[in-house]
Amino acid sequence: MGKYIELTGADFKETLSEGVSLVDFWAPWCGPCRMIAPVIEELAEDYDGKAKICKVNTDEEQDIAVEFGIRSIPTIMFFKDGEMVDQIVGAQSKQALADKLDALLG
Amino acid sequence: MAILDCAIIGGGPAGLTAGLYTTRGGLENVVMFEKGMPGGQITNSSEIENYPGVTGEITGMDLMTPWPAQCSKFGLVHEMVNVTRVSKNGDLFTIHKEDGTTTDAHSVIIGTGSSPRRAGFTGEDAYFGRGVSTCATCDGFFYKGKDVAVIGGGDTALEEALYLAKICNKVYLVHRRDTFRSAPNTVKRVKNTENIELVLNSVPDEVYGDNMGVTGLRVKKSDGTTREIEVPGVFIFVGNDVNNQTLIQEDGSFLCDMNEQGQVIVDISMRTSVAGLFAAGDMRIAAPKQVISAAGDGAVAALQAISYVDELLN
Repeated sequence: MGKYIELTGADFKETLSEGVSLVDFWAPWCGPCRMIAPVIEELAEDYDGKAKICKVNTDEEQDIAVEFGIRSIPTIMFFKDGEMVDQIVGAQSKQALADKLDALLG
Repeated sequence: MAILDCAIIGGGPAGLTAGLYTTRGGLENVVMFEKGMPGGQITNSSEIENYPGVTGEITGMDLMTPWPAQCSKFGLVHEMVNVTRVSKNGDLFTIHKEDGTTTDAHSVIIGTGSSPRRAGFTGEDAYFGRGVSTCATCDGFFYKGKDVAVIGGGDTALEEALYLAKICNKVYLVHRRDTFRSAPNTVKRVKNTENIELVLNSVPDEVYGDNMGVTGLRVKKSDGTTREIEVPGVFIFVGNDVNNQTLIQEDGSFLCDMNEQGQVIVDISMRTSVAGLFAAGDMRIAAPKQVISAAGDGAVAALQAISYVDELLN
């Protein structure tokens, strides 16, 4: 069963360096972040072995949030081979996120 | 899939209460469609002072957390999918979902609520998520010790200005009038908060910035002069627009009668112009836009839906 990856400053770059990844920047106090939490969990299962579904707790990993200029959460970024290729701000439906992943997976 | 007794669209206070009342009241096959975790827009709110019986410092998220479990105890099923359209053919409703599947239902309670309105000034959309925000509890954290501006003069604007004043160095409260249409107690608290500066008789003209995001806001005063406010964050609370997209049919018309503001016309029992379709919460006409009234609507709609389904099937 697929599980999302909890990213930290130590493994952030290496984890995203290869393949397609989705990164959900969130925090425990954020309502819309909590709203999409079960969506992220389902995506982690659906894309197991195909794409890396990741989360960054911006409360604990402030350096990453600053590096990527995060000013609103949830922000969902898409990476391909280490490069940020797309981002969306605000709660999204599972379908909207899956469509973006599918497009990147080709 | 079997035909649902009742389909509930939306998982805020209205939808959840409708779910509680329909299932507890005896409808057996009830699904609440909500694209993510239920709770609704109120989970963005930093403080709830006016939900009866709930006292102490409580956030919108705290208030809503126990609701879904209470509903599932009575058999409410949550389907985590976005509904794109509700249509009706004969006596049967069809719920069209974003994943391309459909579900049929004998009755529908729609409570898709509202979303924060954009104020409509230059730069607002371009910098949304990069300094412009509509959720202080979500994004206030990123402005710890910094200066921010809040746009608006209603309850939400004032409550969130108070919340931001605790985190930020300074809050500029930009309001187009010189009086507030907020609860007197809240106005008093705002006026007594040292690090809130009232920028009255002023409207936002432009938010500007660089490639990292917002760096400032220009406001226009009613006398025609302008003022530059150097802030990295601008929070906008200027009301809400109803989410009525799911009621739009393939030919562009609405499933039921709406008013000019796009709100669903209902009677005192939350009945719409279409038999078996009920609307509850922020999206109905004359909605007070309060958790308590949305929940009340949900209960009223649920009791009506139970009678409707009973008569239809028996």
